[in-house]
Amino acid sequence: MHAHPSQALLDAFTILNHKKSLKGLKIVTIGDIFHSRVARSDAHLFSKLGARVVFCGPDVLLPNSARELAPGVEIVRDMDEAIRGADVVMMLRVQQERLSGMQINVDEYIRRYQLTSAKLKLAKRDAIVMHPGPMIRGMEMTDEVADCKQSVVLEQVLNGVKVRMAILATLLGGKR
Amino acid sequence: MSTVLLKGGHLIDPARGFNALADVVLRDGRVEEIAEPGKSKSTADETLNLKGLTVAPGFIDLHVHLREPGQTHKESIATGTAAAAAGGFTSVCAMPNTRPINDSPAVTRWIQDEERGAVVNVFPIAAATLGSLGEKLSDYRRLKEAGAVALSDDGKPILDDHIMREALALAAKVGLPVIQHAEDTKISGGNPMNEGVTSFKLGLRGQPSASEWQMVERDIRLASQEGGRLHVAHVSSAKSLDIVRFGRASQVKVTAEVTPHHFLFTEESCSTYDTRYKMSPPLRSAADREAILAALIDGTVDAIATDHAPHALFEKEVEFDKAAFGITGLEIALAATITELQHTGKISLTRVVELLSTNPARIVGLKGRGTLAEGSVADVTIFDPKKRWTYDVEKTRSRSRNCPYGGMQFYGKVRATIVAGKVIFSEL
Repeated sequence: MHAHPSQALLDAFTILNHKKSLKGLKIVTIGDIFHSRVARSDAHLFSKLGARVVFCGPDVLLPNSARELAPGVEIVRDMDEAIRGADVVMMLRVQQERLSGMQINVDEYIRRYQLTSAKLKLAKRDAIVMHPGPMIRGMEMTDEVADCKQSVVLEQVLNGVKVRMAILATLLGGKR
Repeated sequence: MSTVLLKGGHLIDPARGFNALADVVLRDGRVEEIAEPGKSKSTADETLNLKGLTVAPGFIDLHVHLREPGQTHKESIATGTAAAAAGGFTSVCAMPNTRPINDSPAVTRWIQDEERGAVVNVFPIAAATLGSLGEKLSDYRRLKEAGAVALSDDGKPILDDHIMREALALAAKVGLPVIQHAEDTKISGGNPMNEGVTSFKLGLRGQPSASEWQMVERDIRLASQEGGRLHVAHVSSAKSLDIVRFGRASQVKVTAEVTPHHFLFTEESCSTYDTRYKMSPPLRSAADREAILAALIDGTVDAIATDHAPHALFEKEVEFDKAAFGITGLEIALAATITELQHTGKISLTRVVELLSTNPARIVGLKGRGTLAEGSVADVTIFDPKKRWTYDVEKTRSRSRNCPYGGMQFYGKVRATIVAGKVIFSEL
């Protein structure tokens, strides 16, 4: 429950299809960071590649200790503030199956942390929207955002195949 | 019975403020004479030459799990006490979380029966509540008559304020201490490690140290009202130690023990999901470990106890989340104490003996033990404080190997263990 390195690689690969480099980018990850292997691995890689990593979510899904995950990780509780000027907005699913006892008020969660078109306007105009899937439409983001031009969610899925093929080829000793 | 002469060793007996070379004569299971070297007039059947070695009153472990009755795939009274002997312990206090739970005089007696094959003294700690369910008190008077030296629901804290109050009050009347495994399970959630940066990085749920210190705080408050004797088991956090200090300053009868693993390691050791570092209470932060070392030095901590908790391979070789809590420790307690505390100059050998023998005897009221005064029980631990050695867990006398000490280098080795005048372990 703590690492998802191939997802981090495919996320970085996807970002690089849209941006020249990760250096100096503001990458904000919003949602259930506590239960996310993706967020943990992304934070390591993005921070290493020079991006500004911003986490956003409620206390229960984002403890303050998350700040110590990698150098330069920031926690911003207010979603508007977190998203303002972002180059990449990564949404995460609330992992209901792992909540075991944690209390989440769904309506309140949607009100505070759902990515809507209005909220997305706070990010840079050329910002991309990502999600490692599976996605619950209407929970972490609206249909409208999921299907908008800025959304690269399906591209992530496709890149997953390519990047994992590359990982396997490299591990098997393949030549470039 | 025979007579044994312990010749030329360095006798340390903190109970009498004794710290000098001396000959010790043991006869019929008792200490007959303490004499200046070469001055004894007694004749001995057997002489042990102990030049360069330290002679101490037998070590007493306040906290072991012998797993018998009921879980002999982990340990038995015979194998657990053999490990104790190799670790220099002449007495162990056996926690009641066996199957069945030791909440009755019958089980308390059964544990002490000769047929169990114990090689060191076994003093049962009886369950404070029936079935350790925390609902109804067990029969303290009859348990004491049967040989129980303390009451505890170890592993399961007594959560209910009212029951804990009653337990302290009744135990005070009977004259036994209540040993609390301080953990508010409503806060800890039974989570597998300490809550903090490491647990977040590992994606594991954590137990905040508040689950310990809030319980210690409550217990001390209750003890101050009821006047009972409270012993806090395996203290793991800085704040709990502060509360113990505060309690003692307010005249509450409270004592505390710590384990070797809590003063040797921190939560960082869990970073590779190695289940040999999973126990309850969990390894805490570096600051907590520093506080424990300071408390061992300043006297806040009374005793070092192992919380020897054997488990079979199949109970430990699983996901960190699912692994059983607890590690073994009887065979390295002295070595860990010397290596971490005495060899580094933080505490004296006298303090080592206090922590492992003098104070534990006082806490559970073992008359004639924890000292080698003339007339006391001939339980003796002989060790070489300077000996450098490597622990080989494959050669353990315990039935289980669930500890991280294999391959670790230590200073301080037990050379002989004597129970009631009989040498039961020797590397002389």
